[in-house]
Amino acid sequence: MSELNIYKPYLMRIEKIIDEAPGIKTFRLLFVNEEEGKNFSFKAGQFGEYSVFGEGECTFCIASSPTRKGYIECTFRQAGRVTTALANREVGEIIGFRGPYGNIFPLESWEKKSLLFIAGGIALPPLRCVIWNALDWRERFKDITIIYGARTVADLVYKYELEEWSKRGDLKLITTVDPGGETPDWKGEIGFVPTVLEKASPSSENTIALVCGPPIMIKLTLPVLAKLGFKPEDTFTTLENRMKCGLGKCGRCNVGKFYVCKDGPVFTLAQLNTLPAEY
Amino acid sequence: MEIERKLLKKGSLGKLFEKITASGRRILAPVQDGENIFFKEVCSPEEVAKDYIQTTLSAKSAVFPACEKLFEYKFEGREVKIEDRDLNFKPTVIFGLRPCDARSFSALNAVFSWDYQDELFKKRLERTAVIGLSCGKADEYCFCTSVGGGPGDSQGSDILLTQIGSGDYLAEVITEKGKELVAISPELFEPAGDQDKEKYLAKLPKQFELKALSEKLPGLFNNTELWIEQSLRCLGCGACAFVCPACVCFDIQDEAKRDGGVRLRCWDSCGFSLFTLHTSGHNPREVQNQRWRQRVMHKFSYFNDRLGVIGCVGCGRCSRICPADMNLLEHLKAIAEAGK
Repeated sequence: MSELNIYKPYLMRIEKIIDEAPGIKTFRLLFVNEEEGKNFSFKAGQFGEYSVFGEGECTFCIASSPTRKGYIECTFRQAGRVTTALANREVGEIIGFRGPYGNIFPLESWEKKSLLFIAGGIALPPLRCVIWNALDWRERFKDITIIYGARTVADLVYKYELEEWSKRGDLKLITTVDPGGETPDWKGEIGFVPTVLEKASPSSENTIALVCGPPIMIKLTLPVLAKLGFKPEDTFTTLENRMKCGLGKCGRCNVGKFYVCKDGPVFTLAQLNTLPAEY
Repeated sequence: MEIERKLLKKGSLGKLFEKITASGRRILAPVQDGENIFFKEVCSPEEVAKDYIQTTLSAKSAVFPACEKLFEYKFEGREVKIEDRDLNFKPTVIFGLRPCDARSFSALNAVFSWDYQDELFKKRLERTAVIGLSCGKADEYCFCTSVGGGPGDSQGSDILLTQIGSGDYLAEVITEKGKELVAISPELFEPAGDQDKEKYLAKLPKQFELKALSEKLPGLFNNTELWIEQSLRCLGCGACAFVCPACVCFDIQDEAKRDGGVRLRCWDSCGFSLFTLHTSGHNPREVQNQRWRQRVMHKFSYFNDRLGVIGCVGCGRCSRICPADMNLLEHLKAIAEAGK
């Protein structure tokens, strides 16, 4: 990124494309200019503006962990004009990336605490970044629990990593699909995330909860977390308002006087409780 | 810098324009264009519009164009090459800018220069000098005095001209940039006598207390009734934002050709329903009263809280242009007075 032009993206080469679920892909991106890649760093929770030249820019989190150097990954659903153009790219092609932007999950301040990750559907990517970061620093944390749900088995993303995580002895993974979304050989839970969370009833003692999902899931999950004793200041989520610049200038991602691109995307429930409902 | 007071004869304007142009600067000035008055490049004072209260658009586009190239890209096989844009903007003198519009540059600058530095804007502003022109007349839409400005306010101008009885101008040289302009043709700037500037300025009483308004707004966020009442007529056309000298929200878009293209930054408006629409179909500001609330809150509360400026200079353009006859001043007065 040129120091003078804050809108000029890095050129990134698509190294790998993974079909995660219907309409959902993961790209692994390498810096075309190796020097830029070496100087690039980010922290868990940050996001960027990904662009297809000729189509425009779109906003997603960085889904890979900052502990994995040399590349970044993003996972996106094909939904609008730019994501459709992005989904049509092939390995070896060039796209643009601006970032990293926004605040972070304060992972370094969570030493000796337990972590509870709760995600729904396409909202696992922002937490996957934190999960891998925490797993790469495994000895710094106590228990790690992941509860992940999707509408159907096919809609689960990172299936290969879910498999890997389920085999690790140092974390507890609970996967679930909505009733009717299961396949005959499905071995996970069947039920909505809030219900499964209540059933699993993880301890809130010395534990940070990270929740990402569709608004309805978050709305129904938060009361369960409160019931389990999680304090609002220990409950984290990310907001995803529409953005253009990511730089606190274009004026559309604000929630009241707070800019999701500058003051977020990571917010505690305690902070959200003070914000107007503009997200 | 201490303000220097000079006298610029009406008949000297032609010579001044000549000297400015000869120094390699372009001059933008209000030019009559049918019913409208726009800032255009001129060479002589004869081209400049006379006897108007307000130009149709401010000179915002001189520092923040309505559509501006951020960079170019070219496809070379599977590779992409980015060509950064040239920041070597031609030095510009904006002549005849009203004090309200001159003030608006500091609101724009606040957004473009907090945190990340927007060099495109910065470079344009650096190379722009403003010869402001005080207002001898105002209309019922003007309310600069209510938002901290005034018909003879010098903030944002490098030289401020006030036309006095003889038709000549009292020239207040306010900044170093102003001094540089005087230095181009010092012989044109004569010593000023004891001119009483105030005598020639429009009289515009304050209509509301800005501080009270800004303090009140956060508590009114959830007063849906108020926002609905104020915005019932709003068509969401965005004309208010287009003519606003202090509106800064923008969109980023690509314009593609076969073998390359440009990425552009274009003016946008919080009044549009698409402004905050998520791809999922969810919209945090889904109805017009929420978008009107955002417009008022952003300009008079969020801007003030975060950047210490007000996103309004009281030029009145939004109210003059509104096809549904919404009047910002009336709405602000209603908010400032509510519950008194």
